[in-house]
Amino acid sequence: MTPADLAAQAADLAHQATTLAQNAAGVAAVAAQNAPPGAPFVYLFSIFVLAIFVGYYVVWNVTPALHSPLMAVTNAISSVIIVGAMLATGLHGSTVAHVFGFIAVVLVSVNIFGGFAVTNRMLSMFKKK
Amino acid sequence: MNESFTSFAYLVAAVLFILALRGLSHPTTSRRGNLLGIIGMVIAIFASFAHGGMTWGGSLLILLGIAIGGSIGLVVAQKIKMTALPQLVAAFHSLVGLAAVCVAASALNAPESFGIGLPHHIHTESLIEMSLGLAIGAVTFTGSLIAFAKLQALMKGTPITFAGQHQLNAGIGIGIIVLIIAFVISGGSFFLFGLIALLALALGFLLIIPIGGADMPVVVSMLNSYSGWAACGIGFTIGNLALIVTGALVGSSGAILSYIMCKGMNRSIINVIAGGFGASGDAVVAGPGAGDKAVKIGSAEDAGFIMKNASKVIIVPGYGMAVSQAQHALREMADILKKDNVEVKYAIHPVAGRMPGHMNVLLAEANVPYDEVFELEQINNEFATADVVYVIGANDVTNPAAKTNPASPIFGMPILEVDKAKTVLFVKRGMATGYAGVDNELFFRDNTMMLFGDAKKMTEEIVKALNH
Repeated sequence: MTPADLAAQAADLAHQATTLAQNAAGVAAVAAQNAPPGAPFVYLFSIFVLAIFVGYYVVWNVTPALHSPLMAVTNAISSVIIVGAMLATGLHGSTVAHVFGFIAVVLVSVNIFGGFAVTNRMLSMFKKK
Repeated sequence: MNESFTSFAYLVAAVLFILALRGLSHPTTSRRGNLLGIIGMVIAIFASFAHGGMTWGGSLLILLGIAIGGSIGLVVAQKIKMTALPQLVAAFHSLVGLAAVCVAASALNAPESFGIGLPHHIHTESLIEMSLGLAIGAVTFTGSLIAFAKLQALMKGTPITFAGQHQLNAGIGIGIIVLIIAFVISGGSFFLFGLIALLALALGFLLIIPIGGADMPVVVSMLNSYSGWAACGIGFTIGNLALIVTGALVGSSGAILSYIMCKGMNRSIINVIAGGFGASGDAVVAGPGAGDKAVKIGSAEDAGFIMKNASKVIIVPGYGMAVSQAQHALREMADILKKDNVEVKYAIHPVAGRMPGHMNVLLAEANVPYDEVFELEQINNEFATADVVYVIGANDVTNPAAKTNPASPIFGMPILEVDKAKTVLFVKRGMATGYAGVDNELFFRDNTMMLFGDAKKMTEEIVKALNH
């Protein structure tokens, strides 16, 4: 086999590879369009189920004396929904989305600051003899 | 910023939230736990600012929103009285619910921002998740508002019931499910979205109005749980890990608290939600000996004398203590007794007060050391060795009928066995029954002394008598 033949074959292969890659990119683009956002649902759902179990065991460990602070702090952390509100407010999108997002940011900020502050106020009162 | 970096930040936030709850297993670790929660929240917020495509204008708007909401929150948290804690928590729940509705609405309007498709071409999964977040959020919002109104006494605490109530609620529930299906098939119709929101708002309202004031511990816990599930729905919609984990934590936390509260009343959650308990006031089965037997009435001086000569006093506080703000006077009384070498302990029933753990917070506020405060299981067999039990603002949770009278509406409810003590002092405004409308046979026993009057005033008078 002459070097010229080899070069021709290599060029051929390279061409095939490019075509394949282009096809793959096309398929991936179509798949990406149809794919759910971010991670697949099953993956998120597994995390959800595991988190429920974590919650179950952690919360049973909370001493009954601190059930009120527990409620206040769970309320504060559920305000992490601010993440959604921030994306709604801060990304390019319709004005309606921005307005709803902004309202949500304000509401949830009341909760975040109020929730953590009132929890801290309660907890600082619990003292030993 | 790199997407895997932000995902990692959300994971860290979620772990910190778990540790925040973990810290609450003991008062000594609890404040550090709260701090970890705050750090988690800061990380989650910074990660969102770092999200690709965040505009400068948008960021400024967000900061403005946080400044407005945050300052309101801080002021409220500083000003609120600890007795008003249950209504504050109810109000906070309503905000989470409304925020979930708002985020769902903006996701529908700008799906491209959340990467869930294009306007009118939103992914089916996202539509399901979005509508669930919307429905649960809306129920949480109005439900919590009603709970707030009842706790704040803006609305009467008595259950509001009418014929066909449960059928109506079930009908609305089914209607919401049908609309959600239609909404998903329609590919995100704005009209159906609004309709789901309206029906869910109505459902939240209707679910809570039949529940009586004294069942509020369960309601507040239940709404706590709902606010978590609403956050989860939004978490799935935008595919955010921190939100899903936190929602699941909060959801299961609220569910466990509801379960504990129901067990404390020996009632099923269905029974509480169905509501109407205590609606008939005084018509319920009267205990033995009601009306025909006399009670022994004592004065503050008598009570002071008895307690001073005791070696062990157990105090049983109830909602009445919270209403009259007697906790500070109570602690003063306990301090004097302790100086006289009387052993003083506090016994807390799981459903005392208007939210789980409410009594513990009020006692802590009055500087009662937490190692003097005990739960039902811890202290119940100590009543037999107590000389005096001082029941202040509690009634049903001490009623022996719960153990002895199968016909009583409170039969089967775990009670504090105060009847085993040598002397029981009952501070009460009058002879009215507890919220369950049941007579308490303890009042008529020979070793019981009734102290009629306002809880705070009576305790202060006892303090005066002890100081003489």
